[in-house]
Amino acid sequence: MKKGGHWWAWLTFFLGMGYFIIPLVATFEFSMRMKRGEYSFEAYRVVFASSQFQQTFTYSVVAAIFTIILGVLIVVPTAYWVRLRMPYLRPIIEFITLLPLVIPAIVIVFGYIRMYGTNSWLPFLGTTTGTNILLVIGYAVLALPYMYRAVDTGLRTIDVKTLTEAAQIMGAGWATIIGRVILPNVLIAVLSGAFLTFAIVLGEFTMASLLNRPAFGPYMQNLGANRAYEPAALAIIAFLLTWGCMTAIQFLARYAPKSANRPN
Amino acid sequence: MTDTTANVSAPAAGNRSVRLPTQWIGVAPFFIFAVLFLVLPTMYLIVGAFQTPDGSFTLDNVFKLFQEDNIRASYWISIKISFWSALLGALAGFAIALAIVRGGLPDWVRSSTMTFSGVASNFAGVPLAFAFLATLGRLGLVTIILRDVFGFNLYATSFNLLSSWGLIAVYLYFQIPLMIVIITPALDGIKKEWGEAAATLGATNAQYWRMVVIPVLWPSFLGTLVLLFANAFGAIATAYAFTGSSLNIVPISLYAQIRGDVLGDPNLGYALAFGMIFITGVANIFYIWFRTRSERWLK
Amino acid sequence: MADAFLSIQHVKKSFGDVTVVQDFNLDAAPGEFVSFLGPSGCGKTTVLRMVAGFEEPTAGKILIGGKDVTRLKPNQRNIGMVFQAYALFPNLTVAQNIAFGLRVAGVNRADQDKRVAEMLNIIKLPQMGDRYPFQLSGGQQQRIALARALAPSPKLLLLDEPLSALDAKVRVSLRDEIRSIQKRLGITTIFVTHDQEEALSISDRIAVMYQGVAEQVATPFEIYNRPSTKFVANFVGTLNVLEGVVADKDQGTVKVGEGQLAMKGKFNGHKAGDAVTLALRPEAIALGDYPGHDQKLSGKIADVHFLGSVIRVKVAVGKDIVSMDTFNKSTTPPPQVGEPAAITFAARDVLVLH
Repeated sequence: MKKGGHWWAWLTFFLGMGYFIIPLVATFEFSMRMKRGEYSFEAYRVVFASSQFQQTFTYSVVAAIFTIILGVLIVVPTAYWVRLRMPYLRPIIEFITLLPLVIPAIVIVFGYIRMYGTNSWLPFLGTTTGTNILLVIGYAVLALPYMYRAVDTGLRTIDVKTLTEAAQIMGAGWATIIGRVILPNVLIAVLSGAFLTFAIVLGEFTMASLLNRPAFGPYMQNLGANRAYEPAALAIIAFLLTWGCMTAIQFLARYAPKSANRPN
Repeated sequence: MTDTTANVSAPAAGNRSVRLPTQWIGVAPFFIFAVLFLVLPTMYLIVGAFQTPDGSFTLDNVFKLFQEDNIRASYWISIKISFWSALLGALAGFAIALAIVRGGLPDWVRSSTMTFSGVASNFAGVPLAFAFLATLGRLGLVTIILRDVFGFNLYATSFNLLSSWGLIAVYLYFQIPLMIVIITPALDGIKKEWGEAAATLGATNAQYWRMVVIPVLWPSFLGTLVLLFANAFGAIATAYAFTGSSLNIVPISLYAQIRGDVLGDPNLGYALAFGMIFITGVANIFYIWFRTRSERWLK
Repeated sequence: MADAFLSIQHVKKSFGDVTVVQDFNLDAAPGEFVSFLGPSGCGKTTVLRMVAGFEEPTAGKILIGGKDVTRLKPNQRNIGMVFQAYALFPNLTVAQNIAFGLRVAGVNRADQDKRVAEMLNIIKLPQMGDRYPFQLSGGQQQRIALARALAPSPKLLLLDEPLSALDAKVRVSLRDEIRSIQKRLGITTIFVTHDQEEALSISDRIAVMYQGVAEQVATPFEIYNRPSTKFVANFVGTLNVLEGVVADKDQGTVKVGEGQLAMKGKFNGHKAGDAVTLALRPEAIALGDYPGHDQKLSGKIADVHFLGSVIRVKVAVGKDIVSMDTFNKSTTPPPQVGEPAAITFAARDVLVLH
């Protein structure tokens, strides 16, 4: 096996790199062109100063936080309970968590609009607050597969059953077990899921647009239809944000508890 | 310990179902959530696809999917775009994955590619569309460089970025990384010893690939190809940012329908959605089938 | 060796500035079963891989059947190899796996099937042809790997720690099976292992390796009873160690603890006052007098373990502890801890370690 690397491998790698990096470079360059004749960060300045940017960005960040909280509340107890008491439910639950990957977001939100309109039995869409809640719920559904997989993997690594039994033998009640034993160990996994959720919510367009909420996704879309340079700046900002989230997840992975039984 | 003692209490007559409720309380929130906000809305649409406005059962809506020129065309475009972005993405992704796993490249190449792939597979939607416009649009960097440095005027040819093929090229940006992320573990599963065993048995590299590697990787490759297809089929944000609603793919048709009932028939909208679910559903069934087959061999 | 089938001559292998194999030499006769025995990192697998063709020697030559194969690719050497991880092709059935080498060589289907059936009989798994590897146990998979390697009738068989991944019981039965098949087919074989019991029980000769060098190449009996270096003596079998000081070189007297031994001719390379290390196998020592044992040292019983038919006794002689086994005798109770005791042995069984 040649040590230096085969030529075809390097060629493929560089071609691939070119395809992926050139658009980023081009976008960055384009975003710098706002002031005629010179490169400047003018486009970024305009974007950050725009009240629309600030409002929609804040809206999406707040929505993301609520989505994360909802996701954690739904996923963590369920994943724990299934691992501990009802392992036979795992295939069903895993199937359900894969559904959001099969059913496109546009179909899901279409269903919401039809089912929870002003005349329905659960009129979410009747009020602004209700619509906001429905949007957060929709986001949580979109993020469900990733959140569940992250938490489930985290639980599997720490062998929940043995930890729980050990704690019970030492006299701990359920609150102590979940709060002091399980949660600290799954925190890293939960945070990973949280960062991924954050990235998803911030970039989401379909649901927010069809539910008419002032989120970051529709804002970006709108700007793209009307302005030239600011969208490029936004694209770079969005890319850096996604990159930040992914890096945070990788960073966290290093601090994740590794199973004593199966050392990596 | 209190829960378990309650559960193993001697079953008195009529008390046998005492055990069930306490257990199910733990998972109830999840199921309620899933039913209310995932299953029911979808079922609502599916049922609606087979109904007339006054509620009676009909297959007309589904037939119209095939009959209405507009709708048939939009499905066809969607299938075309999804197919090509999946196929090209799968091939390119496979080549890159092969390079980083078997190409003898330094370690940093593999780890940085995997990280970047994780980012790029999520970098879809509006920002991605802008990025390509900034690259190959009329004022894009590459267009300008081609014109000023190479004397090649891209837009003098019949090149149009805002077309099906343009969208396919853009979709590759998240299809290729998705392929890389999924197929790299499968490539890792091709053990070095298999190649060495094949060599001692007299096989050339080509024979080894033909007789062992390709048959083993085939299910993973096909499965991921199908996944990429479903992924592209359901995507809308990128396309919308790219061409507004002028590119007539199914999600955009559905979007317009939801927004303003352009079809003039709500049940037809349901049928449109049903068509989408059907296609992505079938694709995912194939994906799962391929995945179980490949896992058996790559254990 | 004039008629050596496999000849490894002055083979050296370096990776950068690290030399993993220094000057390795071995001649194997046709049909001989040679084991490479040694701890991890001693270079035994590297030598095997050079014979197979997966690594190229930095220096030296390898000849198989008189032909210089040093520059040949693995698929041109007509050798069979069995790996620790079985390495069966998962997408092929057992029969297809075994037939692989034949298929590659272009053998026609009828002959392939015949040979496969033959091999399945040899490894005693005649009904398994249509199974897939993932349906079989580790031991079965390894036997099939062996059949696959032997099906194309290679001139040389290489086994790289083939039993290390298996359960203890399977290991023992499979090693005997490998040896009997090898003898039946008369194929020259190299067997790499870190398990000395394996090597001792089935090899014609053993090459004990340490840090890239073959410390000793000899029959199991020689290796065990006449180890030529301290490493070999320590690595193979258990060894009792006695520290002493040479008193008189010509008389061969040495002071050991409180006592003194006279072993003429043992210390010719030393002078009076030298510290020496004497070594003895447990079975060479007897408790009390024994015919033929001309040496005697006194000490105290330090520990007694009654294991049933064998009684393991530890005797403290000066500062050293000597471990030995005696057979249980129903008429005599085992010795008590603290009792004074004498150990006896024959001078010719004493090894002087360097």
